[in-house]
Amino acid sequence: MSVFLFWIFALMMLVFGVAVVINRNPVASALSLVVSFLALAALFMSLDAYFIGIIQVLVYAGAIMVLFLFIIMLLDLRAEELRKINWVASAGGLAVALALMVQIFAVIGRFSLAKQTFPSLAKSTSDDVHRIGLLLFDNYNLPFQIIGVVILVATIGAVMLSRRETR
Amino acid sequence: MVTLGDYLIVSGILFTIGFAGVMVRRNIIIILMALELMLNAANLSLVAFSRFHVDPSGAPNYNAQVFVFFVITVAAAEVAVGLAIVVALFRLRQTTHIEDITSLKF
Repeated sequence: MSVFLFWIFALMMLVFGVAVVINRNPVASALSLVVSFLALAALFMSLDAYFIGIIQVLVYAGAIMVLFLFIIMLLDLRAEELRKINWVASAGGLAVALALMVQIFAVIGRFSLAKQTFPSLAKSTSDDVHRIGLLLFDNYNLPFQIIGVVILVATIGAVMLSRRETR
Repeated sequence: MVTLGDYLIVSGILFTIGFAGVMVRRNIIIILMALELMLNAANLSLVAFSRFHVDPSGAPNYNAQVFVFFVITVAAAEVAVGLAIVVALFRLRQTTHIEDITSLKF
């Protein structure tokens, strides 16, 4: 992965991430989020995490974003009418976010391992689906079962919440 | 060359964008999207650490990638429940603007 490609995709991810926050139209926000997630998937690929990159495209850019767009269109949200923006609250929120970013940068700047470049991998590591699958069903079997229950509960919860009251 | 620090900085900026979105925006659906951005920023730094922590056999640390898998699954469940709550709320109040929903405000 060349340095050039890394910065292209990183910039793409960040620019469309900002677009998610500043767009007034929810549909435009959701579509910016899709592009941001695709660029993030490219960054995962650059880190040799092919399985995670593909999961990112399938689950996030595919399933979750379809869910978002579906709800936005179901609720028929147009670009929200211009309300009086509470500037004090917005400035406060931005200040807290900037303080957080400064702190993150300070920590990374002091982190000595942050300057290392890519360590070389063995040739046999391209089958990362195999490796992750082994780990998932071996070391992490119990959490894997629990995550299945979590999804079941989420499904039942979503159905219960969106069901109309019948009497 | 791209270093671990570059990935961590990009991930930190993405987290900050998501955090700023949660703090500034007043539409519940946009707030949920900004939450997704923050989860993804955490995933990016996890995968970066996984790639830069190579064990003696020359394989990246796959524990982090399994963890990212769990994070993505929980995020999917969270979005499904969150959007169901938004729909129920919209049916009740005809709004997704958080300043109109203050019944729990003390």
